[in-house]
Amino acid sequence: MILAQTQTARRPVRLGLTLEHVLPKLVLAPSLVLALVCIYGYMAWTGYISLTPSSFLPMYELSGFEQYQRLLENDRWRVACFNLALFGGLFIGACLLVGVLLAILLDQRIRAEGALRTIYLYPMAISFIVTGTAWKWILNPSLGLEKLVHDFGFTSFEFSWLTDPDKAIYTLVMAAVWQSSGFVMAMFLAGLRGIDSSIIKAAQLDGASLPRIYWRIVLPCLRPVFFSAVMVLSHIAIKSFDLVTALTAGGPGYSTDLPALFMYAHAFTRGQMGLGAASAMMMLAGVLAILVPYLYSELRGKRHA
Amino acid sequence: MHKTRLTLALAGLIGCSVAAQAHAGEVEVLHWWTSGGEAKSAAVLADMLKARGHGWKDFAVAGGGGESAMTVLKTRAVAGTPPAAAQIKGLDIQEWAKLGFLTELDSVAAEENWDTTLPGVVTQVMKYNGHYVAVPVNVHRVNWLWINPKAFEKAGAQIPKNWTEFVAAAEKLQAAGIVPLAHGGQPWQDATVFEAIALEVLGVEDYRKAFVQHDAATLKGAKMVEALERFAEVRRFIDKDSAGRDWNLATGMLLRGEAGMQIMGDWAKGEISAAGLTPGKDILCVATPGTEGSFTFNIDSFAFFKLKNDTDKAAQQALASTILTPEFQEVFNLNKGSIPVRLDSDMSKFDSCAQDSMATFKSANEKGTLIPSWSHGLATTSQVQGALYDVLTKFFNDKKADAVATADLMARAVQSAQ
Amino acid sequence: MRNAALLSWQPRLGRLFIYATLIAVAALYLIPLWVVLLTSFKTSADIRSGNLLSLPDVWVLEGWIKAWGTACTGVSCDGIRGYFVNSTVMVLPAVALSTLLGALNGYVLSLWRFKGSELLFGLLLFGCFIPFQVILLPMAQTLGWLGLANSTAGLVLVHVIYGLCFTTLFYRNFYQALPQEIIKAARLDGAGFFTIFWRIVLPLSGPITMVTLIWQFTAIWNDFLFGVVFSAGDNQPMTVALNNLVNTTAGVKEYNVDMAAAVLAALPTLLVYAVAGKYFVRGLTAGAIKG
Repeated sequence: MILAQTQTARRPVRLGLTLEHVLPKLVLAPSLVLALVCIYGYMAWTGYISLTPSSFLPMYELSGFEQYQRLLENDRWRVACFNLALFGGLFIGACLLVGVLLAILLDQRIRAEGALRTIYLYPMAISFIVTGTAWKWILNPSLGLEKLVHDFGFTSFEFSWLTDPDKAIYTLVMAAVWQSSGFVMAMFLAGLRGIDSSIIKAAQLDGASLPRIYWRIVLPCLRPVFFSAVMVLSHIAIKSFDLVTALTAGGPGYSTDLPALFMYAHAFTRGQMGLGAASAMMMLAGVLAILVPYLYSELRGKRHA
Repeated sequence: MHKTRLTLALAGLIGCSVAAQAHAGEVEVLHWWTSGGEAKSAAVLADMLKARGHGWKDFAVAGGGGESAMTVLKTRAVAGTPPAAAQIKGLDIQEWAKLGFLTELDSVAAEENWDTTLPGVVTQVMKYNGHYVAVPVNVHRVNWLWINPKAFEKAGAQIPKNWTEFVAAAEKLQAAGIVPLAHGGQPWQDATVFEAIALEVLGVEDYRKAFVQHDAATLKGAKMVEALERFAEVRRFIDKDSAGRDWNLATGMLLRGEAGMQIMGDWAKGEISAAGLTPGKDILCVATPGTEGSFTFNIDSFAFFKLKNDTDKAAQQALASTILTPEFQEVFNLNKGSIPVRLDSDMSKFDSCAQDSMATFKSANEKGTLIPSWSHGLATTSQVQGALYDVLTKFFNDKKADAVATADLMARAVQSAQ
Repeated sequence: MRNAALLSWQPRLGRLFIYATLIAVAALYLIPLWVVLLTSFKTSADIRSGNLLSLPDVWVLEGWIKAWGTACTGVSCDGIRGYFVNSTVMVLPAVALSTLLGALNGYVLSLWRFKGSELLFGLLLFGCFIPFQVILLPMAQTLGWLGLANSTAGLVLVHVIYGLCFTTLFYRNFYQALPQEIIKAARLDGAGFFTIFWRIVLPLSGPITMVTLIWQFTAIWNDFLFGVVFSAGDNQPMTVALNNLVNTTAGVKEYNVDMAAAVLAALPTLLVYAVAGKYFVRGLTAGAIKG
């Protein structure tokens, strides 16, 4: 459409015209080639490997869906998938809640806003090795929190989630929320600052109470931010690997295993590359299930606008 | 005149340095020896190689018992730039050799008579199709029980010779407020403990049947169920913080007397010596309950990769021969806690635990009670090992788990992983 | 700020409550950093006897000095100072390249759309979600073919490729919000593709560039997986050295050294957030998150 207008505007220069046509595509080309090879090419490769009996290093003779069948029978894989659902749900929910609340509170003409914002954001700046080490230490019953409370005199206090197979997954959620909620807060804060004030003014004139304004008017306005936040958070949840490795390494037992960890362990440490590849394909399918509806609405929305 | 002489001299110098460079290759060595005694041992090897005029490029990847190191190794191999030597052991050596990555060391081996100086059990692991592709560094005994005598004295406990005595001693320690068994809740440590228990219950023959030949009937048999039941009992003898703890931190608990015993391979001695204590005196070593005379072995070894550069190849051969010199074997194994792999080694400088270990090694070799440790990858491929890890660590961490069902699961997991 | 003025709670009690909540949460967020910092100044004996939050009996710099200069990472015992250079040499070009490419891509995908460009954007976007473990082996093979295996250049390339997806997303969404009329007017004046980019679009890109730079810098500086797999001994980045250091123990675990090393490793990113944090929110406000 833009190009069509250009044609009428600049009749004479033929060479320039074709160049204008080609240039944008030319600029985009390197990235696209890289993406095609390094994302889709590699994905296809992984898909192929998942259909082979590859054990130690890649092998290329096909063996059908054997690996997928094995995967579905594997108890550890089931635990990992269940954990991802639990972890992902809690993590995304908690981050959104904390993020929205902090953003709303921080938007109340707070004096030291800059300093507070930095404090909420700083966990994002720190790498998982640091985060993992610190949290492991804080959550360790005989060194950290539990000991602290005991030292204050409450000796019956018990906090051993990290070493309890049924609760260890929640410690992962805690550490992950700590790390990512600041970013969500920043997104919502940005969203709040972008809302047109006249709508709110009108509501206030109508005598609506403040919580009501937030609930009925402000939050609905933030819908696109919710959407983006969920996208960012779900990508963090699905890719969660570093934090788990550093904090629990999947333990106790394999009670905190996640798909990314499962895939890594089987493809690289265990010499079951085919199985690892199959689990990777399942993960990618999961990603697609989230991403396609998002992209669909995104692209459709744009067309309407 | 003057000038030409100078030029000549310079040319000579340059010539010399070029010649020197031609001899001095560099070996890049991938390893994960990063804890106390181990790191020292690696440094010794680097120094000895430098003394022979070759460079050592350290490529340490710490963490997870070599898990990260294996990932790095695989990507390097796939990229076509493997290191000169990498710490690979057990059946994985065969896998790498099968894929054609490893170089042959037969000339060094023939020159230095490896076939006669090394025991057959060991060379078998190092050879692929009859050719040497790897060099053994040491022999570890895995079925050791480490005991803090002061803790035992305080609790009035007796050194256990079998399972019943082990339980009795553990209960006495517990009553005295001492953690009976220092343990780290990582899959391989769980497996190490189970391996020792299973060896007592199953005996040498059935152990081989189950873990070397993967016989399903033995894997889910009544004896295995009993072993699992005993394993379950161990849960009450460890402290609640054990989840995820590294083995050397568990050893630390033993050294400080916070714990009374630890089931761990003799690499634990490296930590004992690093703390200034004497193994065999300050910390006692006995065979794990009921396994006296048996020797579950774990051999550390370096596999050698095919290289392109000739000078580096020379350095590689030099590294192979350095590793097996009596001098290095002595220094290294004194640091690491293991015993030398050469049968003709002089054991006089070693502590009583190592001397005991060597004696058992030789006698077990003759009696046929020398057993590969599956929990350390000497008996099974990493697939089967991993599958067993999963089942056992799940069982150990789940208080409601059923021994019969778990034995069944073991048989199925092993079958599926093969 | 204008909304804030309208929406602030007036009663004093309310304001008190807000401040109390915000400060309490801030304290909670600071605990890990506080613990790490305190621990780094303690002696080993002090760590065992005291608790997490107790102040050091004596403040010592031992841990810091050791972490910087003499702590062992594998066989070498030179601390982590050398790895700062490695990380910097790798991070700067990787961030610059991925940001520049992202800006150009975003510019094309929002202001020079052509048939199918939305689809291409979708294809690129998928790259954000690919679990990186999946691509390790094929990537290694590719780098081997290119002769870039285990070099800093190879590592930079990997970071650029997988950073592109995010940078493109950021810029594309930001430029989407720019009025098309500016471009149209410029084109009527005879300005070409690059002229418009350099003269008009880029000068408007300040806020989003800050966001992208911060995001990329943090991600690449903190990366461990690519660092450990695609680099060799001499050019290993900071995180790999830190991991080696934390896992290299001689007998007793020296928590003070570990923690000091951890803070040192995190210092550049912490500084970036402290100094440029406000631009981050400002940049997000400016439209990066729309859609």
